Amino acid sequence: MSNAENDLYQEVVLEHKRAPRNFGHLQQPTHQAQGTNPSCGDRIAVELQLAGDKVQDIRFTGQGCAICMASTSMMTEAVKGRDLAHAQALQQHFRAVLTGEEDPEDAPLGKLVSLAGVRQYPSRIKCALLGWHALMHAIAGRGSGPVSTEEGRP
Amino acid sequence: MGDKLPEHVLAGAAGGDLPVQELRAQFPVLHQKIHGHPLAYLDNAATTQTPLAVQQAVQRFEQHDRANIHRGVHSLSQRATDAFEAARATLKRFVGAGAEHELVFTSGTTEALNLVAQGLWAAGPAKAWLRAGDRIVVSGLEHHANLVPWQHAARMSGAELAILRPDAQGRVHVDDLRALLTPRTRVLALTAGANATGERPPYEEMLALARAAGALTVLDAAQAVGHAMPGLAQLECDFMAFSGHKMYGPMGTGALAGRRAALELLHPLRLGGDMVEWVSYESAGWAALPARLEGGTPNVAGAVGLAAAAQFITDVGRGAIDRHLHALRAQAVAGLSAIPGVTVLAPHAAQASLVSFVARDVHPHDIGTLLDERGIAVRTGHHCAQPLLDHLGLGPTTRASFALYNTSEEVDRLVAAVARAIEVFQ
Repeated sequence: MSNAENDLYQEVVLEHKRAPRNFGHLQQPTHQAQGTNPSCGDRIAVELQLAGDKVQDIRFTGQGCAICMASTSMMTEAVKGRDLAHAQALQQHFRAVLTGEEDPEDAPLGKLVSLAGVRQYPSRIKCALLGWHALMHAIAGRGSGPVSTEEGRP
Repeated sequence: MGDKLPEHVLAGAAGGDLPVQELRAQFPVLHQKIHGHPLAYLDNAATTQTPLAVQQAVQRFEQHDRANIHRGVHSLSQRATDAFEAARATLKRFVGAGAEHELVFTSGTTEALNLVAQGLWAAGPAKAWLRAGDRIVVSGLEHHANLVPWQHAARMSGAELAILRPDAQGRVHVDDLRALLTPRTRVLALTAGANATGERPPYEEMLALARAAGALTVLDAAQAVGHAMPGLAQLECDFMAFSGHKMYGPMGTGALAGRRAALELLHPLRLGGDMVEWVSYESAGWAALPARLEGGTPNVAGAVGLAAAAQFITDVGRGAIDRHLHALRAQAVAGLSAIPGVTVLAPHAAQASLVSFVARDVHPHDIGTLLDERGIAVRTGHHCAQPLLDHLGLGPTTRASFALYNTSEEVDRLVAAVARAIEVFQ
């Protein structure tokens, strides 16, 4: 087996890709945003139901590669029922691990550590962060306008 | 220009069978391992590799003749100018230009197409070719470089942009074009070969039809110029754009070839030195073609390398190259189509040297990563042709594209690796 089959596409990643959690729409989202990866046109839309500082519920829709779908699926599990500060801190840790600024063993990532292998594949970091971009924009209340993994590019 | 190919290589090419192993020796970059596997470089529709002949031509210029052109009286400047103009002459022959044609060096197809699109509105509403109420027709097969500049041209001039939409199989039809042509149609922009699917529109007939209707015709030949195609003088074509790096030439090189009368309609994109006849503090008069459209110091070494690439293709023989590429494509289409869940785009496009495909429930980026693990380089994504893939109801695709140095064994490796990737993800 190749390295990617072992390190990048761990079974838990493939399992989330095949059966993404919290996939679909919310009845009445209070916040939502969409993320786009310009290199493949993939889009992920995240819908939130916030109650004060708490992520009461979260759903996502869209299509993406296995990395993108698994990352977004695990993200929804990790932030559901938690407060916004937790979601933002988790995003920062996850991002820091992928960009090599933080050691995966030191970061409080939970199940998301299974995606730490992405740091060996720089061209795939955008895939892993797409859903997170959408989440952060939804939290920031920047409305439903699309966001890109490469801001400022058409 | 470049060094002549060894006699035995030429002899093989003339016989119809491409001497692939001998040719591979001319491309040093191919001889490396990626993740422990021999590199199978199948991303040639994005960028081809350069042979020694091209690298040596560039190096020879840099080591012996480098100087600025058209402005010094010293020997190096004269040699550099001669090299630049000789490169222009070689490329005009290569594209089959006639006496009525001129060729302008650009940084590639994108700049060439921008030069046309912007040049047709930038002179302002009183003088520009494009005016409010005019129509621009662009095919729905286009790369972003032959669409986005026209969107901008339409906005700036007040013209209307009409899209020649492909059918569900990604084909465009002459009758559909006929229906779009009006007395106000001023431009048709069309590809000679779609980079995302391999589709080849009937461009000879479409250019003729549009030109007869009074439009200027623009052909994006980025994917076609290194292959057998009609000479410019045989086409009803006002502008033809192409890139060097897709035809075994240097990156950052390319050209806009076209009818002089059409090129003279263009407002220059780059104003400055070398493109003016005279300058006062208040105004300036433009130089004649081609200098008018080549403001600033051009990429002279790049032009020399591009001409060497054209000579290389001519020496090997476009016919022999294309026969080889079509066989590789046919092999890939057959192999990939036999994998359950794989759909090949434009399987009918037998003249293409690329194959683009989608796999049910498996994303191209994931396929691309697993292929790279096996040393196979392919392109994944929307190939800068997002509207076309949206129109076909497809997302991103995986694209393998072939060059004269690719082998049947590499295609076998591609097919096996794709089959394995699908096994992993489904």
